[in-house]
Amino acid sequence: MTPASEPATVTSLPIGSDADLAWVRHQVRQFAAELGFGLVQQTKIVTAASELARNTLVHGGGGQAQIHPLHHGPARGLRLLFTDTGPGIRDVELAMTDGYTTGGGLGLGLSGAKRLVDELSVETEPGQGTVVTVVAWVTRAPAVRPGLG
Amino acid sequence: MTLPPPVPGNPVAVPVLALGNILLVTLQGDLHDGMAEQLQQDITDRIAHSAADGVVIDVSGVDIVDSFLGRVIAEIAAGVRLMAARTVLCGMRPAVAITLVELGLTLPGLETALDAARALELIARDPAAVAPDTPEGGT
Repeated sequence: MTPASEPATVTSLPIGSDADLAWVRHQVRQFAAELGFGLVQQTKIVTAASELARNTLVHGGGGQAQIHPLHHGPARGLRLLFTDTGPGIRDVELAMTDGYTTGGGLGLGLSGAKRLVDELSVETEPGQGTVVTVVAWVTRAPAVRPGLG
Repeated sequence: MTLPPPVPGNPVAVPVLALGNILLVTLQGDLHDGMAEQLQQDITDRIAHSAADGVVIDVSGVDIVDSFLGRVIAEIAAGVRLMAARTVLCGMRPAVAITLVELGLTLPGLETALDAARALELIARDPAAVAPDTPEGGT
């Protein structure tokens, strides 16, 4: 147990309205900025969080978001969990397909969010709700490209 | 005396300004879903009552556009086109553009300009020009 490497700052936020979605975006951005995510990465993870939180609201009938800062050695990252107790997803593979939608949207939520983060996993059972977990790591500035330096 | 802080959860309607025949809409900060949908209705109402022939939507103050807001913007543009006017989206931040492309939302058929001045110029130069329909059929 090294308290310095695993800070206990886990934040749980309710998702029950579109105002809650705005608050989730705000909090995720705050954490991402503090952990050192660059602007483009911040924008990507906040957008992914917005898509997933909206899924929780629209498809799951509401739930909660959890924000876990990750500190693994020098690496910094963010794990986000979106939990609902809604109807679950019958066919996860199909739900991950671009353009697949049951909610009247564009069907980009899950598949699009997956492209914006490093990892995305879905745990679901019909009738048992859904947990979507995403992880994103801060990328260091790329080294000077060969030929330029 | 003291104004309440502008916390998310306290939505204010988005103002729509008329500049001659053009409606200028400046989106700021974090837009709630309900506000975006309200805006769609406000803009089409204003076109119907003001004979505006162009709408400029400035998103330079917006730090994220997700698929919901992207869809509302595309639907605003489609509705505006049906009402014989033209929409130009302007001021998108680079990080937002990169994220939207990765998300898979490239908003085909939506006219864009780098900033509001260029968007106004674009419409003033040729107000009648309406963006051609995309092969995909928009949105």
